[in-house]
Amino acid sequence: MQVSGEIQEPFDLIRLSLSERVMVKLRGDRQLSGVLHAYDGHMNMILSDVEETVMIVDPVPEGVKPSIRVAKRQIEMLYVRGDGVILVSPPQRE
Amino acid sequence: MLIFSVFKTLTDHTVTVELKNDLCITGVLKSVDQYLNIRLDAIKVENAEQHPHMMAVKNCFIRGSVIRYVQLPASAMDIQLLEDATRRESGKKI
Repeated sequence: MQVSGEIQEPFDLIRLSLSERVMVKLRGDRQLSGVLHAYDGHMNMILSDVEETVMIVDPVPEGVKPSIRVAKRQIEMLYVRGDGVILVSPPQRE
Repeated sequence: MLIFSVFKTLTDHTVTVELKNDLCITGVLKSVDQYLNIRLDAIKVENAEQHPHMMAVKNCFIRGSVIRYVQLPASAMDIQLLEDATRRESGKKI
């Protein structure tokens, strides 16, 4: 029954990522990378040392290939509301 | 409930709330409720040029569901306490 350690339900994966750096994909072409300190059942989260990446597609005239800009910013401590979360990816293990 | 408690400990601290319409409001956190609705005093709109209609507003109530992020004061938070509380809460049933 016990397959890999303590992972039995999806939230276990997030619990094991506590105090580790996670990647969070959000609605609105946003992505965060930060250290996870708290979360709840809504996937509201508190992250520290966060880098936010926003993909911005600049409007261009018809027929022209759209250019994509990437805006990054750093935030020391951040609460993220769970309703915008698409996925949480645990730290890469080598 | 966990995140609600975190916000309660942060009352009277200055936070920056970013809404889903990209409005960014900095102000003193006066109160919060179970829906994570937030009341801010002495507010200042960060990107005022994009939101000129907000200029005269000095305090406000923000519905929890329109919030995307809240930037928190890192110095006012106990990370160890936060992670322990999260483990406890996720252990019983979120």
